[in-house]
Amino acid sequence: MRRAVIAAVVLVGVAAAIVGGTARSSAHAGTKVDTITVWVGWSARELKAFKSIAAEYDKNHPDVNIKVVGGINDDKITAAIRSGNVPDVVSSFTSANVGSYCKSGAWLDLKPFLSKDKLNVNVFPKTSQYYTQFNGKRCALPFLADVYGFYYNKKMFKAAGLKGPPKTMSQLTAYAKKLTKRGANGSIKVAGFNPFLGFYAGNAPDLSAYAPLFGAKYIDGSGKSQLSKDPAWGRLLRWQKGLVDFYGYKNLQKFNAGAADEFSASHAFEIGKLAMMIDGEWRVAFIKAEHPELDYGTAPAPVDDAHQNLYGAGYVNGTIIGIPKGVKHKDQAWALLKYLTFNAHPLALFSNAIRNVPTTKQSLNSPEIKPDPRFKTFLNIFSNPNSKTSPITAAGNAYGTLIQAFAVKWQAGHAGDLTKGLQKLDKQIDAQLKQAQAGGVP
Amino acid sequence: MTETAAAAAAPFTLERRRARRRAAWRRRRLVLLLMAPWLIGFSAFFGYPLVMSVYLSFTHYDLLSSPKWIGLANYKYLFRDDPQVGPAVKNTLWLIGIMVPLQVLFAFGVALMLARAKRGVGFFRTIFYLPALAPPVAATMAFVYLLNPATGPVNIILEKLGISGPLWFQSPQWSKPSLTLLSLWGVGTLMIIFLAAILDAPRQLYESAELDGAGPFQRLRWVTLPTISPVILFSVVISVIAALQYFTQAYVAANIAAGQASQAGDQTVNNLGYPEGSTLFYPVLLYEQGFKFFNMGYASALTVLLLAVAFTITVLIIRHSRRWVHYAGAVK
Repeated sequence: MRRAVIAAVVLVGVAAAIVGGTARSSAHAGTKVDTITVWVGWSARELKAFKSIAAEYDKNHPDVNIKVVGGINDDKITAAIRSGNVPDVVSSFTSANVGSYCKSGAWLDLKPFLSKDKLNVNVFPKTSQYYTQFNGKRCALPFLADVYGFYYNKKMFKAAGLKGPPKTMSQLTAYAKKLTKRGANGSIKVAGFNPFLGFYAGNAPDLSAYAPLFGAKYIDGSGKSQLSKDPAWGRLLRWQKGLVDFYGYKNLQKFNAGAADEFSASHAFEIGKLAMMIDGEWRVAFIKAEHPELDYGTAPAPVDDAHQNLYGAGYVNGTIIGIPKGVKHKDQAWALLKYLTFNAHPLALFSNAIRNVPTTKQSLNSPEIKPDPRFKTFLNIFSNPNSKTSPITAAGNAYGTLIQAFAVKWQAGHAGDLTKGLQKLDKQIDAQLKQAQAGGVP
Repeated sequence: MTETAAAAAAPFTLERRRARRRAAWRRRRLVLLLMAPWLIGFSAFFGYPLVMSVYLSFTHYDLLSSPKWIGLANYKYLFRDDPQVGPAVKNTLWLIGIMVPLQVLFAFGVALMLARAKRGVGFFRTIFYLPALAPPVAATMAFVYLLNPATGPVNIILEKLGISGPLWFQSPQWSKPSLTLLSLWGVGTLMIIFLAAILDAPRQLYESAELDGAGPFQRLRWVTLPTISPVILFSVVISVIAALQYFTQAYVAANIAAGQASQAGDQTVNNLGYPEGSTLFYPVLLYEQGFKFFNMGYASALTVLLLAVAFTITVLIIRHSRRWVHYAGAVK
């Protein structure tokens, strides 16, 4: 009897499974829905904006379901590719890693897709074309760019009798001194301009945001580091140290320790503790969301007095997006990628939402871009032919770590002779690049 | 008759030998079976990674493409060219030379006091052990907050006392002492081990020493220390190994003190070692190379060296310990 009951239960179970399976497969055949997973680095407000862009695509494409996963970084991307459990479309904020992704084949070569659809990457500005390939192999496309420019507090400028933003580094120094307010013991109450390397994104200690403003070049024609040979680096570092010394290294350290996190609503510039700064275009959206009352202006960052023709240029970086190796829905992934990167409509909408710079020449002039003079500054910097990004090398951005190690010692007054220090740094970077290329770079 | 008996005995002996062999094999099989979980775990999580690390240290491996054999190139770069190895080794030696002895002394001192406490023993033991339960990330965040030179309560109090407080985690001179303070605060586990050893010391030895006129210091020197010397050795060895693997606190402190906590996962920002490379310990460098720069072949070479150094130091300590460690009941 017991056996008969068990057999009946098993039979019913098997029958239900078969019926259910058939029902599911007929539903699948009817709607042809494939889930396309997209990994992005954005979170919170910016992730919400991206999800609405994806939702619009989803609505217009009944054959796919878009699933967006935010807060992704390169550790997660690498781990996913290694395990073979990959999303369909993947993006990274670290364009310096494009070398690893392209040369290893971890991100698919997009050339066949581009050729098939007769798409030309010349629709992107040269800088964005550069940081989405490695040694001619294109495994990524640009998806909005980050452009660094100058922010200044208009109210403080008015109070100090200053008319417009500074255009040269000597003007910046003079303005910074005028706008700084100190406490009784020399402590900094309001910093005119904080030059401390490591303080907020505009002072990235690898000097990346400053290099285009001095016309400083990292690598010579033969691929060797040339920091000691290009006098621009010396001028940059001396100018920076001069301003650090004006404030006092320890005073700046204390000011920085007391300043809020740069992605909080208590950002020093937003609450009036910093009169001028170099920062990315995204700050326009942050200020609008967090301190709409702030009276501020934007402009290209001041440049080296010896290279005033560079005014208007700035540092450019951006989000890279591609298709990982082992992708399950290659064609649908490419269709989405093509839409996000070549179509001016999503680029304009997303740019409006998070105020990052759209990456095709057409989208830069799109009528859909909401006019905003403060944001327009960054569109102009992006289009400037002298705007630059950091070199993409076989060692990723590891050379930046060596530059940083020297630069932070320099600003503390612990680096000794500048020329000798830069010569040593060149040797270190060359050795590092050699080590990174040991496996053979394609 | 003898021949017949021998002929009859031969298969019997053979049979018995076979039976014994079968029993031995069954015993071995049982032992193997009982040891299997450990053997599998050891091979999968220790043996395999160890062999692979040694192999990968001779390759160029970016985690994404297959490893390429490059011979000794990684080791040449490690010993000759990498400018970060020297400072990382020096920082780690600082931990072994200064932090570890302070930890052991502090834990021993606290344990001695707790062993003598007459009242509130349970309360004090709990209070001193409690910090050891705090997760390292949370504890480090709390310390960076407390020691913030601008807004931290420690410097605010010092300022009220007329003392200009140091920059703590923001200063290359003070960052390692700040981490040491953090480690002393969380020394509970070592303290409990010492306390158990001290309380376990035979009473009669103290009584005999007292009868011989030994004072408190002499009792400590000639009774307590020799009795607990195996525990001291154990504490020193595990503390040195922990110092060689010191990572979490350094990683968290550097990222928060540099003011980029929200971007700790963002690879465009590299705060490891902040400030001025003073917290770039060897395991931090290893992590940076392997997981930030995807230079896993080179990171494996760093690992092999770390393993060799940890092994050598441990052997040296154990050899040296023969002069000062006394095992009760050991035959000399």
